[in-house]
Amino acid sequence: MGNEVGSEWIRLIVGAVIALAFASLNALFLVWLERKVAGHIQLRPGPKEVGPFGLLQTIADALKLVGKELITPSAADKKLFVIAPVLIFMPVLVGFLVLPFAPELIIRDMNLGVLLIFAFSTFSVLAILAGGWSSNNKYALLGAIRSVAQNVAYEIPLLLTVMSVVLMVNSLRFSEIVQAQGHIWFIFLQPVAGLIYLISATAETNRAPFDIPEAESELVAGFHTEYSGMRFGLFFLAEYTNMFIVSAVATSLFFGGWHGPFGFDMKIPGIVWFMLKTYFLIFVIMWVRWTFPRIRFDQLMNFSWKFMIPVSLANLLVTAVVLKFI
Amino acid sequence: MSFLIGTEAIAHVAFWIVVGLTFGGAVIAVFPRNIIYNVLGLVMALSGVAGLYLYLGSFFIALMQLLIYVGAICISIVFAIMLSRPLHLEVPKRSVPKVAMAAGASAIFFAAVVGVIFKSNWVPAPEQSGDWSVVTIGHLLLTRYDLVFEVISLVLLVAIIGAIVTAGYSRRFSS
Repeated sequence: MGNEVGSEWIRLIVGAVIALAFASLNALFLVWLERKVAGHIQLRPGPKEVGPFGLLQTIADALKLVGKELITPSAADKKLFVIAPVLIFMPVLVGFLVLPFAPELIIRDMNLGVLLIFAFSTFSVLAILAGGWSSNNKYALLGAIRSVAQNVAYEIPLLLTVMSVVLMVNSLRFSEIVQAQGHIWFIFLQPVAGLIYLISATAETNRAPFDIPEAESELVAGFHTEYSGMRFGLFFLAEYTNMFIVSAVATSLFFGGWHGPFGFDMKIPGIVWFMLKTYFLIFVIMWVRWTFPRIRFDQLMNFSWKFMIPVSLANLLVTAVVLKFI
Repeated sequence: MSFLIGTEAIAHVAFWIVVGLTFGGAVIAVFPRNIIYNVLGLVMALSGVAGLYLYLGSFFIALMQLLIYVGAICISIVFAIMLSRPLHLEVPKRSVPKVAMAAGASAIFFAAVVGVIFKSNWVPAPEQSGDWSVVTIGHLLLTRYDLVFEVISLVLLVAIIGAIVTAGYSRRFSS
């Protein structure tokens, strides 16, 4: 085993530790941001007491969550109930392995990176199913079932739109996809795909207006009704980290990753561009949540199967034909 | 790290972990009388097989295994479960002829696979190419690996028909 393999290991371990730390900090920040955005949209100030601008509010909340008792319902399936919140975090961490933050800031620049993120995203559905079913609570089970149906319906347009971009670059490696957008971002060449990706990504992360798996006005809290303390905290953490990952993937597939607009980098480092765009997309997802009402289950299914899938298929076909004749 | 553990040892440990995952998952998929456990066991076994592909150096096949078998097939089985009998009802006892038939079918399949393994002449794969472009993958899928590609779609078809049949039967019995 040479030095190269050793440094590869160190890179992997350091990257994993940074990813873990970043995931927690990012979630703390996003929860604060969400409450601020929600507050200002509803003409309230949002959290403002703890720390400057209420920045330390979520830290206080997290400490409270850690201190709370972990309650396991007596009729629950103990093993699955404990595994589910851990399982939901795995795909989220895998995502960080391949995200291209900057030209030299990728933990592993795998040649099938795009495929990796989407292959592992299935596990979060299974975790939600396991959590909802093992709670032995009808609201949790209903939430889990809705989540599976929704994720299956929205994963198809998501993958089809990603395929249109992959076809244009002829590579599944994130760094090559971003490099191809040096002059013009793919959102301008693939506006339909970009829009469908953002809609399906919102649905995949179970965010409003697609938050029917946890619709609080009808299902109490959906699949995590019975969870308390840090187990609930893990579901929450996974949701916000997932939001970061889908936005980061959107940034690298459609919004030029570490590149500035139209080839103007303005001497700003790539990671700053990347983060700016990612957090802007997250802000848009929050904005949508506090603007639109939740859609009904049948509307949700019809929208995906009868509109988004045909449109994204047509988009893929057109992309393929145009690429063939260019 | 090189002075602590060799690559060889890490690979061996990884191999046995993956094999354990596959067998453990298979046992959970067959023996418990709780259908959610069975599905999650199947997921575990199939992820283990994906790990085996990774061990054999085929990253693409491993990811496809996860996407198709865990993402598509197991989720469609979950659909079948949702459409079938309520989960809280008592599960009927296993009937002996059914178990015997299943055991026989698996034994025949096992014998066939083992036979093929011993009969075929194994040659080491040629040097792996570093070309992972979509064009290459597409060409290979539709030329050299066309048969495998078609068989996978057949498997999906069987899974869908199975889901419909399971759901249809239990609906008729319960109403």
